[in-house]
Amino acid sequence: MTASAVARATATRLAAADAAGLNATLHWSESLLEAEAARVDAMPAGGPLAAMPIALKDNIVTIEAPTTCGSRILEGYVSPYDATAVQRLRSAGAMMAAKANMDEFAMGSSTEHSAFGRVKHPMDPSRVPGGSSGGSAALVAAGVVPAALGSETGGSVRQPASFCGVVGVKPSYGRVSRFGLVAFGSSLDCISVFGRTVDDAARVLSAMSGHDPLDSTTLDRPPVAVPRALPDLKGLRIGLPREYFPADLHPGVAAGMERAKQAVRELGAELVEVSLPNSKFAVPTYYIVAPAEAAANLARYDGVRYGPRKVGPGGDIRAVYQATRGEGFGPEVQRRILVGTYVLSAGYYDAYYRKAQRTRARIADDFRRAFAGGVDLLLTPTTPTPAFRAGEKTEDPVSMYLADIFVCAISLAGLPALSIPVGRSEGLPIGAQIIAPFCEDERMLAAAGAVERVVAATEEVR
Amino acid sequence: MPWETVVGLEVHVQLRTRTKMFCGCRTTFGDPPNTNVCPTCLGLPGALPMPNAEAIRLATRGALALGCEVHTASVFARKNYFYPDLPKGYQISQFDQPLATGGRVAFDSPERGRIEVGITRLHVEEDAGKLVHDRFPGKTAVDLNRAGTPLAEIVSEPDLRSPSEARAYLVTLRQILVYAGVSDCSMEQGSLRVDANISIRRPGEPRLGTKTEVKNLNSFANVERALEAERERQIALVERGERVAQVTLLFNAGSGQVRALRSKEESHDYRYFPDPDLPPLVLAPEWIAEQRAALPELPEARRARLELAYGLPAYDARVVTSEVALADYYESVVGAGVEPKTAANWVMGDVMTTYNELGTFPVEAERLAGLVALVREGVVSHQAAKRVYTELAHAPAEEPKAVAERLGLVQVSDQGALAGWVDEVLAAHPAEVTRYKGGESKLMGFFVGQVMKRSKGKADPKGVQLVLQGKLG
Repeated sequence: MTASAVARATATRLAAADAAGLNATLHWSESLLEAEAARVDAMPAGGPLAAMPIALKDNIVTIEAPTTCGSRILEGYVSPYDATAVQRLRSAGAMMAAKANMDEFAMGSSTEHSAFGRVKHPMDPSRVPGGSSGGSAALVAAGVVPAALGSETGGSVRQPASFCGVVGVKPSYGRVSRFGLVAFGSSLDCISVFGRTVDDAARVLSAMSGHDPLDSTTLDRPPVAVPRALPDLKGLRIGLPREYFPADLHPGVAAGMERAKQAVRELGAELVEVSLPNSKFAVPTYYIVAPAEAAANLARYDGVRYGPRKVGPGGDIRAVYQATRGEGFGPEVQRRILVGTYVLSAGYYDAYYRKAQRTRARIADDFRRAFAGGVDLLLTPTTPTPAFRAGEKTEDPVSMYLADIFVCAISLAGLPALSIPVGRSEGLPIGAQIIAPFCEDERMLAAAGAVERVVAATEEVR
Repeated sequence: MPWETVVGLEVHVQLRTRTKMFCGCRTTFGDPPNTNVCPTCLGLPGALPMPNAEAIRLATRGALALGCEVHTASVFARKNYFYPDLPKGYQISQFDQPLATGGRVAFDSPERGRIEVGITRLHVEEDAGKLVHDRFPGKTAVDLNRAGTPLAEIVSEPDLRSPSEARAYLVTLRQILVYAGVSDCSMEQGSLRVDANISIRRPGEPRLGTKTEVKNLNSFANVERALEAERERQIALVERGERVAQVTLLFNAGSGQVRALRSKEESHDYRYFPDPDLPPLVLAPEWIAEQRAALPELPEARRARLELAYGLPAYDARVVTSEVALADYYESVVGAGVEPKTAANWVMGDVMTTYNELGTFPVEAERLAGLVALVREGVVSHQAAKRVYTELAHAPAEEPKAVAERLGLVQVSDQGALAGWVDEVLAAHPAEVTRYKGGESKLMGFFVGQVMKRSKGKADPKGVQLVLQGKLG
């Protein structure tokens, strides 16, 4: 099948998804898809991702389509350069298919905070797809594209992957260049992948990973290899951190985890209980570190150089800042900028930011200790509940933040982790999370491939 | 009762790199607005900084030249504030873990003789852009060519005790940094900028008074003037029984006055925190040692060496070493065989004049040595040699002797010719001859002058004197 034929079929599916009111795309066009297909068809060697259509979360910059980050403040903004990840995917033969809807500046866990409307869950429009990469997750789950890029700061790919029943892979921090990923929390941000299968996700991750001279936080290591799925998990010790299996875990999620454990056991792995005592501080720590970095990262949206400029009363530069930012940022973004500004302020820095950094180090130490104690991988639920209803948590930011309770700590520790569907509860997907030691991304993918082969991902759990 | 003035300076120097601190854009001065820009220095969404290794090397050299300890680990931090010339809404700087700390600069204070001033710290940062207020009527334009230019900020201890001492410190600091090749230190092009902190107290008082900060100082002379104005203002305040408020002031060079820019209460909380885009800057001790070994001879050491090796007077040594290029030229002239003091006289005179005009040395050391030899051999007079020098500066290929001949400046020492001119002069001034013979021996100068005049400057004055002495008995 030629890339042009794939592009036409992709356009048809994108149009259908839009028509169905999924609201998962922010920008795509047949002509851009055709141009991508022509480029790929002209590539003599094809490439490892030849003719694979990929959707991009709208915080990854491309030259031919706007990059809005789901925000009014970047409405109509077109980047003069491509993100490193996009360049690498293009060279591998992939086609950039669409820009996907997202929570504004990736701040949210339900994709209800997009300035361009909420994304609907592909299986139940009354529910959320998770977030902040909800548009990318929904497009993969709806079968529009086989893979999509999202971004993680504190679980924004794994959590929607779990809600939507697809694979979501967050690599180790530093394995994929952030150059061209619009910054939110720079010490946490990772371009991450959604795939229908572990292999699809692994191939995309492999093609875009590796050191980038434009991002000094990338690791000087070769790209993530695409591992062969293991035939079994014999000889592997898999840790179950007890803090991630609370008594009040949603029964559907708990049942899904029983199925996952059963699968892992049948594959020959040994299951052992471990403890990550500091993970309970992950959400509050995250909500200091990420907003602090975000407050600085979002200062550049001032209406001076690009984006819509608004001028408030007085007409001076202060009035430009106030009106541009006051009208351009939505309430959740403003809330986090205020929190971030506060925790870095003179007199509060030690009590908040410095303390959070210390706690972050402790959280990471817990993981190191667990792995050093002879555990090869960790297995946990990805989310405390299946996909929740739209509007259920929008009035209560803290309840929304707690949707990321099982994914946040891993981001703070910079570790690789993925979510894989392990069953359904009342029709809604349940995801299990596999966590690996730093830079053992391949081990995690290989094990997930084995689980994927045996687990009845689309069947109801009891 | 007198007042003691306490001054500390913050000096920003532009590091002499081809490209910016965190991107590959050129640092050329004077290019059309917004032409040396890219996603990184424009602060576009998704762009990231990448440290410039050459800037780090130059800052390290600067720190070592100032006797600082260069740290094997330092941290880039974000300094947050909104301003239209600051594309990211924060400046990448260094805060609690700077590149270097604890140096010192020794120099001659106009009031206190030899003193040492402590260097608190040297850190690396990026510059902001420039606001242009006179380009579009009623509007402000932003030029981001400067944004991201690498700077070193050098903070002194409050060890300076007068405005003139502050100026002397700056002259020395600039000399060191130029010697070390760290910066051009051109105030005209903004590659050296000074903020001054000043307070007053009673002599013997151990505590510091409340300080004010004076900004917008565009020359060393203005640093001195501004500090004098601010010192007077503070003394007047305190002597009226008022208190000095901690304010930031701007100096107006036209009026010679300072005026308040903002008070401490309105001052920024910059909310510094480590920049998560940049890992800590780690420098190997071996690399730092290499940089130390690669430092050129600094002005202090060179001055001392010239005094010792060539027996130069202290004044000459200081002038000749005021700039690296001048000192290099001086040493090559000496190397070409010119007696050191004679070489110093030339370098401090005509050579310095042409260097200040042209910024180069158009008369190579060998040609200058040739010219000096002509004077020594009596072929041209010292006066004539200065004319030959000027001509040589514009005639790159010609030899001194040829120029002297072309200009008819070769001295006549032929006894017969000299005797002829002498006879004419003595015949024309019988009265003076009589007075000379009567004991007015100072008239010798008059006769020599007359002979020189008659010979149109070509006569060898020493020969003339000998002939005159013979004829006048």
